[in-house]
Amino acid sequence: MLDIRAVTKRYGTREVLTDVSFTVGDGRMTGFVGANGAGKTTTMRIILGVLSPDSGTVLIDGVPVTANDRRRFGYMPEERGLYPKMKVAEQLVYLARLHGLAPASARRNTDDLLERLGLTERAGDTVESLSLGNQQRAQIAAALVHDPEFLVLDEPFSGLDPLAVEVVMSVLTGYAAQGAPVLFSSHQLDIVERLCDDLVIIADGEIRAHGSREALREQHSSPRFEIRTAGDTGWIRSQPGITVIDFDGDFAVFESETDAASQAVLQRAIALGAVHTFSQQRPSLATIFKEVIA
Amino acid sequence: MSNVTRPVHTAPTFAQSVWLVSNREITARLRSKSFLIATGILLLISVASVIVGSLASQNESLTKVAVVGTAIGVVEQTKAFDIVESDTVAGAEALVRDGTVDAAVVPSDSADSLLGITVIALDSAPRDVLGTLSVRPEVKILEPASQDGFLAYLVAIGFGIIFLMSATTFGATIAQSVVEEKQTRIVEILMSTISVRALLAGKVLGNSLMAFGQIVSIGLLVSIGLAVTGQRVLLADVGPAIVWFAVFFAFGFVLLAALYAATASMVSRQEDVGSATSPVLFLVMIPYFMVVFFNDNPLVLAIMSYVPFSAPVGMPVRIFLGQAEWWEPVLSLVVLALSTMVVILIGSRIYSNALLRMGARVSLRDALHK
Repeated sequence: MLDIRAVTKRYGTREVLTDVSFTVGDGRMTGFVGANGAGKTTTMRIILGVLSPDSGTVLIDGVPVTANDRRRFGYMPEERGLYPKMKVAEQLVYLARLHGLAPASARRNTDDLLERLGLTERAGDTVESLSLGNQQRAQIAAALVHDPEFLVLDEPFSGLDPLAVEVVMSVLTGYAAQGAPVLFSSHQLDIVERLCDDLVIIADGEIRAHGSREALREQHSSPRFEIRTAGDTGWIRSQPGITVIDFDGDFAVFESETDAASQAVLQRAIALGAVHTFSQQRPSLATIFKEVIA
Repeated sequence: MSNVTRPVHTAPTFAQSVWLVSNREITARLRSKSFLIATGILLLISVASVIVGSLASQNESLTKVAVVGTAIGVVEQTKAFDIVESDTVAGAEALVRDGTVDAAVVPSDSADSLLGITVIALDSAPRDVLGTLSVRPEVKILEPASQDGFLAYLVAIGFGIIFLMSATTFGATIAQSVVEEKQTRIVEILMSTISVRALLAGKVLGNSLMAFGQIVSIGLLVSIGLAVTGQRVLLADVGPAIVWFAVFFAFGFVLLAALYAATASMVSRQEDVGSATSPVLFLVMIPYFMVVFFNDNPLVLAIMSYVPFSAPVGMPVRIFLGQAEWWEPVLSLVVLALSTMVVILIGSRIYSNALLRMGARVSLRDALHK
């Protein structure tokens, strides 16, 4: 488990991170969202040791992370880049070896990864000669080539075509399924919504919300329900503790003051006839995000 | 993640990281066509200068003279002539006429001739033959010059040019490779993997090895060239200076490399490398101009040979001129090594502070303090 504890960072007099604490659990895909300049990249750089915090620590399973531990991290920086004039495969082998892999395993991992990312035919090409999409794939390969035990990825999906997004998603969930903690940031909230188990929301350098996706939804869900029945739903207006928001014949959206009041609506509806749907409205991630950072 | 077999992450030591980085630098250099061509040209120029030098000095091939009878004793003593024996004076004259020999030396007819010989030439008195055969008074030189002035000038300029070219070529290479990593942002991945010191040390080591290799190849080629073209006397004089030059260069270049890396790390674009590293370029050019203008001024040379930036040129020149005591290069080398260490410390501080700052040029004050 990756544990970020009370991290504070200042640039000059400007505090960019204030008491940032959250955890990335084993096998949990953790989405890290926030507006531009909220502090995502700074946090990730601190986790990777590229920047040092003014106070606070990063721990692995309760032990402060060391320079050697960081070789077990896979990192994809927001600012992408590889050596433009170096061949793809050579570059990956070099990075794997810098992370401490023996030459043979470095080459084996490189071949496997290029295969999985569909880059085998480009192995001998220089990075600058690749298309933009393939450069992105090579970048992802660079983060994964040393078989990391922790993944920290800054905007891994930005600039990817839909096909590549699917490939990368499956690779990342594969890692999480093996038990690796995965932290990734993204502006594409729909992807985060699909992908993440846990969610960390940051704004102005402070963690505003943190927890499992479902718990956050629960927490931010409104007491709104929608119902669709076989007959007319006009009767709901006269139910106690209920305010109808929207009404259209067999369909209604209403707010309920208590759980009991909404259950009473459901019971009466069933008594009156067939009920096609009855559900509490779940807020989308975008809604939660707006609510949290407001 | 105990359920999966993973390769063991044996963290590379500092030395291994440095070695990996320097290896990459060397491979990248060896693959670059422009580097190979530039090196080839530099090596060609050094070989050519030796050959041209030897051709210029080899004009003094032995003069051919025809010798008749007893005159041979006098001529052989000098060991300065290629001798063609002739039976008669008439035969010797014929050889002079058809140009087979430059002059003929025959026994003198007149009894009061001092040497007992007559020199026969075609159209004018052969000065070199006469000079060799004439009796000279004894000459005493009070302060013998250890080296011919013109030769000293050439050697001084030679060291100056080689230092200037190697230092600027490899300095610029190091600067570009620092900015390349910064500009392409791969530096962030590198920084998250190995320490910034290891990265800097690897770059400096890799490029220094290449520069040193170039200097050693030039030194070897010039030495072999001098030996093959029969200039062994010159080789014996220049040899020690060349060896000292290589040693001083090894330290001096590391110092410059650290400066180049540090100054380059303050900018984010290749276009800005030139202006950022220009102060270092001046430091490299100063010893070159000093040695061109002051190679006959022992005081300036002595000062140069102790100032860290100019010592790699100044000290070898003084050694060649015989102006340096045996302990002087050692002392100067210690000064150079110490200053190199200080510069590396300051340089790595600038380097690690400036690496992640993109965009505008980082001010020196920020790079040193933050």
